[in-house]
Amino acid sequence: MDFELSDEQNLLKDSFERFVKDNYSSDARAKLANTELGFSRGHWKKMAELGWLGLPFSEDVGGFGGTAVETMIMMESMGRGLVLEPFVSTVILGGGLIAEAGSPAQIEAIIPEVIEGNMMLAFAYAEPQSRFNLNDVETAASKSGSGYVLNGHKSVVYHGTTADKVVVSARTSGNSRDEAGISLFIVDNNVSGLSRRDYRTIDGQRAADIMFENVAVGADALLGKEGTAYPVIEKVTDYAIAALCAEAVGAMQAANEITNEYMKQRKQFGTPIGKFQVLQHRMVDMYMEAEQSKSMSDMVAMKLDLGDEMERRKAVAAAKAQVGQASKFVGQQSIQLHGGMGMTDEYSIGHYFKRLTTIEMLFGNTDYHFKRFAALSS
Amino acid sequence: MDLSFSKEDLAFQDEVREFLATSLPTDVKDRCDRGLHPTKEGQIRWQKILNEKGWMAPNWPKEYGGTGWTISQKYIAAHEFGQASAPIALPFGISMVGPVIYTFGNPEQKAKYLPRILNSDDWWCQGYSEPGSGSDLASLQTKAVRDGDHYVVNGQKIWTSFAHLADMIFCLVRTDSSAKQQEGISFLLIDMKTPGITVKPIYGIDKENTLNEVFFEDVRVPIENRIGEENKGWTYAKFLLGNERTGIARVARSKRQIVRLREIAAAERSGGKPLTEDQDFINKLTRLEIDLMALEYTELRYLSMIAKGKKLTAEPSLLKIKGTEIQQRLTELLVESLGMYGAPYEPERAYEGRNETPVGPDYANGPMAEHLYLRAATIYGGSNEIQRNIVSKMVLGL
Repeated sequence: MDFELSDEQNLLKDSFERFVKDNYSSDARAKLANTELGFSRGHWKKMAELGWLGLPFSEDVGGFGGTAVETMIMMESMGRGLVLEPFVSTVILGGGLIAEAGSPAQIEAIIPEVIEGNMMLAFAYAEPQSRFNLNDVETAASKSGSGYVLNGHKSVVYHGTTADKVVVSARTSGNSRDEAGISLFIVDNNVSGLSRRDYRTIDGQRAADIMFENVAVGADALLGKEGTAYPVIEKVTDYAIAALCAEAVGAMQAANEITNEYMKQRKQFGTPIGKFQVLQHRMVDMYMEAEQSKSMSDMVAMKLDLGDEMERRKAVAAAKAQVGQASKFVGQQSIQLHGGMGMTDEYSIGHYFKRLTTIEMLFGNTDYHFKRFAALSS
Repeated sequence: MDLSFSKEDLAFQDEVREFLATSLPTDVKDRCDRGLHPTKEGQIRWQKILNEKGWMAPNWPKEYGGTGWTISQKYIAAHEFGQASAPIALPFGISMVGPVIYTFGNPEQKAKYLPRILNSDDWWCQGYSEPGSGSDLASLQTKAVRDGDHYVVNGQKIWTSFAHLADMIFCLVRTDSSAKQQEGISFLLIDMKTPGITVKPIYGIDKENTLNEVFFEDVRVPIENRIGEENKGWTYAKFLLGNERTGIARVARSKRQIVRLREIAAAERSGGKPLTEDQDFINKLTRLEIDLMALEYTELRYLSMIAKGKKLTAEPSLLKIKGTEIQQRLTELLVESLGMYGAPYEPERAYEGRNETPVGPDYANGPMAEHLYLRAATIYGGSNEIQRNIVSKMVLGL
């Protein structure tokens, strides 16, 4: 048992932090978030050159062969800078699903392209009625000749706007909330019958609702064995949740540092507001939430690397619930302690608050994961 | 970063389990499981068994009788002790004054006291708080005046846990009234049998006598009983409080209490169904479990940092705050799980000489006593509000 980083991991961490420092000042980030694209293809290329887009993939497909701990280290840094590039959507989700369930041909066709930075992915799993339930899938894939025809509506697909290919969950059999009968398909994002409504999200990112109307795909679009995708989806989203927990830790730490500094500068009643005990204790509570979140984020990364399925589920549920709760508290109180300044779009703290708010929602909010944990513990 | 256990760790786990299965007396285990205070006799009997095994002081340096365990081994031992409801050693000797003695004491003091602490020959208590000095500890007034080879101590301590059972007390006393508050304090070890010491019981809200007042009237204490330098006692006192804050989280104990809570809730009925199926109950239990997990991994993370030689400042205060909050929520939920049988309550001494057991189901004996007693957890060891002040100053620089 050891919670410390190895020398190699410390070097990695340094390079992540340098990237954030060089590219993600508060102003630079605000500019980027307001562009049409919402991130920088130049940064993406840079990430590819540094080998980061291959971080979790095995060495035999050209990846770095990293563990969940390396992803955690990276995401913590990204969280500090509120980095906008679609790493989780492309690498952890899309790439993760393909690496987990794909045929050798699919893996060879896609993963090296992802690693090179030439291809972006997104994962379309949520639907208007599904809320956070990964098994609530009404999008239908019916057999047609050797291929399939897709019909349905996928909601809030993060980076569905810029993805070259979208991985879609669709039902090939069973009833709308059955775990069995769900399949995954790899679909080109410009295929005939696919329409999108693109929009911005409050965290400065881009997402889309994607409609499928008689979208015909070949048999080679099927990812994994027909009807058996649920455990794959659960596993890969668990990895994404772990990544988001780490991102939230970075964001909380940064938000706390900004707020802490503000409390030393801002004067009222002739004294820095940080001298008021009621505010000090609030700040200590925010610090403790971030510390506990850091512990849970480390824990969940290490549990993923141990490979036990049941342990993985419980650890992820517990971590997401704790981090979600903490994210809300730290985000909201950061605004509160900044007073009116916290309400301005120009100042950085509001952007941390908004990203922390969306992380709490993504892949199941706090309540959802409390229930998930309770069900796994009973 | 790695959570796995080595082969040696797993062998160690077997050894701990085997030891607990064969050596932990059932009466001692039962009291601990229920959350009742140990009896002096039972606690000492158990601690002597621990010492014979060489496991009395996992956190002491090896040269003074520590175990030399790795973090993994400490974690395993704490977890197994918790799950088996094996009491940990009382903190006053092992966790409080012991480390002060081996860190700041002279060779004679180390030779005299440390083996007696390890073998539970002395039952220690802590003379810190005074009627006018609670959170503002440094304002303490108990005076020690030099008279030849002795200090003459006059004053009063209060909230002294187990003073009525104690052989020794470590005491903060004022040796210089003209200096700044923190600079006029000395740290004395005092034999409780010394003439002039009177212990008066305070009956707590749990109707038990754990707390006491200790009065000193011209108590003569040999100079050689002073730890370190005169007027430097505040340094040793803070060192002690820093140590106290880590052990105080009691993670392993709370993990066992969660299991016990599940057992009780499974036996209790609500609306014809086990309480474990009640959504509100599940909610509270789940939140508690996850908060406990966050605390557990925070403690491990800090231990790991310490083991790697990183310096922590006030981080352990977090463990105290979160740990005690969890203990209180846990015993509150234990009491809630009893329904109406949470209300009947008599102190233990009420049963002496009566051929009766407490009313209600067997498991109802314990939770309320502990719930009442543990209201103190967020007060003792530096109240949780004081802990927040410390973090604010030391970590956040506010």
